[in-house]
Amino acid sequence: MGVDLIQANSTSDNFDPAASRMAENILYFARLLRSAGMPVGPDRVLDAVTAVKTIGIGIREDFYWCMFALFVNRADQRTLFDQAFHIFWRNPRIMDRLMSAMLPTVRVENEQDLEEMSRRLADAMKSGVTEQLKEQESDEIELDAAFTYSKREVLQKIDFEQMTAAELAEAKKAIKHLRLPIMDVPTRRFIRDNRGAQIDMRATLRASLRAGNAIPLKFKRPRRRHPTLVILCDISGSMNRYSRMFLHFMHAVTNDRDRVHTFVFATRLTNISRHLRHRDVDVALDNVADAVNDWAGGTRIGACLKEFNARWSRRVLGQAAITLIISDGLDRDEAAGLEGQMERLSKSTKRLIWLNPLLRYEGFEARAKGIKAMLPWVDDFRSSHNLASLVELGRVLSRD
Amino acid sequence: MSSALPATIEDTLALLNQGDYIADRSLATTLFLALKMGRPLFLEGEAGVGKTEIAKVLSKALGRRLVRLQCYEGLDVSSAVYEWNYSRQMIEIRLAEAAGKVDRNKLAMDVMSKDFLIERPLLQALRSDENGPPVLLIDELDRTDEPFEAYLLEILSDYQITIPEIGTIKAEHPPIVIITSNRTREIHDALKRRCLYHWVDYPTAARELQIVTTKLPGINRQLSQQLVAFVQKLREQDLFKLPGVAETLDWADALTQLDKVALDGDAIDNTLGALLKYQDDIAKIRGSEAAQLLEQVKKEMASLDSVRG
Repeated sequence: MGVDLIQANSTSDNFDPAASRMAENILYFARLLRSAGMPVGPDRVLDAVTAVKTIGIGIREDFYWCMFALFVNRADQRTLFDQAFHIFWRNPRIMDRLMSAMLPTVRVENEQDLEEMSRRLADAMKSGVTEQLKEQESDEIELDAAFTYSKREVLQKIDFEQMTAAELAEAKKAIKHLRLPIMDVPTRRFIRDNRGAQIDMRATLRASLRAGNAIPLKFKRPRRRHPTLVILCDISGSMNRYSRMFLHFMHAVTNDRDRVHTFVFATRLTNISRHLRHRDVDVALDNVADAVNDWAGGTRIGACLKEFNARWSRRVLGQAAITLIISDGLDRDEAAGLEGQMERLSKSTKRLIWLNPLLRYEGFEARAKGIKAMLPWVDDFRSSHNLASLVELGRVLSRD
Repeated sequence: MSSALPATIEDTLALLNQGDYIADRSLATTLFLALKMGRPLFLEGEAGVGKTEIAKVLSKALGRRLVRLQCYEGLDVSSAVYEWNYSRQMIEIRLAEAAGKVDRNKLAMDVMSKDFLIERPLLQALRSDENGPPVLLIDELDRTDEPFEAYLLEILSDYQITIPEIGTIKAEHPPIVIITSNRTREIHDALKRRCLYHWVDYPTAARELQIVTTKLPGINRQLSQQLVAFVQKLREQDLFKLPGVAETLDWADALTQLDKVALDGDAIDNTLGALLKYQDDIAKIRGSEAAQLLEQVKKEMASLDSVRG
């Protein structure tokens, strides 16, 4: 059922039979993308059909970019789209592309994305949603195997149990406490306030139209809102006993306010913001457990921070963001490159707060190399071994 | 002088070329579609790859007015869309009162009319002039905040603006809309759905060379080849901020000003600031690393020459 571009092209003048077939194929292509996790709505499919009619289907490259313009809307969807396009619209060179994707020459930065996406695409190809593609699949069945190469790391999945009633109550209490003191910063937008410092001309004019001779002055003040909060949480072996509590904490914060980005790291960095946005804490944590593959592994703080700085910092640390690092500072890499990355991070964020659960032990000294490397770049160093200390953190955050 | 919209992808390419913009065919395809379908074009890419330039070149080549809205955090309706001319309104009210006719309702209708409106970029963009609808450039959308993004939805899908006191103002002919983003945060899907998306990538070596020779016609041939190869090598390095095309052009200009005809270690070290904008990156490349890259570039060019020769 793959599309015969050549045939469609030859009849492109009297568009009808070929066009309806083309439209059908675009529809299936959209379905494939959707089941691979790209948000492709029906409106986009209609647009795509119009677009293809507009450019004609003579040149493969034009057709590619036409589909790209309509179905892709985030930079990180490019690889997935590219693979899907070449599989669906039958490219004889697909095997070459796959081989090159598996070779270690792939840019390290994208390696993780690539792996993840390819597997998603493979799943989508296998799933029932694309049953109509069966015929096409039959001659490309070996692709599935190529897509699903195994993970390198020893996976240690954590199975989150259901929360006990007592825990739930405690967490709820913490959420309540966290909601009250949230530091906010003035923005450049205004809100009507008669005790404000600036005159609200629009409101004043309206009032004066009503009032007659006098001009009743109306005032405004800058609207305040809380800044972006970025949380980087260590889930390595040494942090194992706390990680569940911190995940609850992050879930509470994520659902309490907007503009929260959450990451976890041990040997690699994972963005879990989307998973934590689920209202139900158990579902959210299950999602996280599935998404993260390095539970209780060793710690490579320097490497993970480096990845954060290179890939994420410019995207999430805009608009005066506050960064929260949750880690014990014990680094497997002997703090290699850690100091430089901490410096870069502290320069890109408005405020850098470090929560360290080890701080609860009396006589704690910054002896580990990792801690020594991190400490000079931190604005605030806090203990965080139980919910009470997290509530304490709420107070820190409420301070300007 | 306004020219007609391009009729094919080739025409679009030629149009951009005519404005000294060397584009990939992929970009031309998307731009052509955007013009044809009357959709906004959403351009994303690293800083300095020529996103903003596309709108400028387009307005110049088509002979259309360019309306530019530079986004920043806290951008609001009164600086982006419209503002009432309060002082004129006040005077109008005073005059009416002095003349003794104070039908308040009529007065309210009078002063809340189009005559008292100050048009800001977005409202200006809905108005066509004799050359046709303008090119609206919404630059660095990622710098503004989410509420403003939401406000744009009405404008981008229906090309209309609602002003509570007056009603809806709709563009007779929709403007050509180009939106750029440096991706310092993700733009909401609702907005992207209304646009055609294109990722502007770093150019290939051949295209970058073409760009350099087009923008700096007087440049030495050997120098331009070497510096483009060097920049391409640099983009493979692990740097915090990779140099864009804008940086390549700056650097080429700097080297030409210094009367260089070929790259050498000293020249690179002294002018690296035109190319790299972070101290860490400069410290990493300056000296031996740069010399090594230069060595590779020279070797590759020599082997190319020997193949040709």
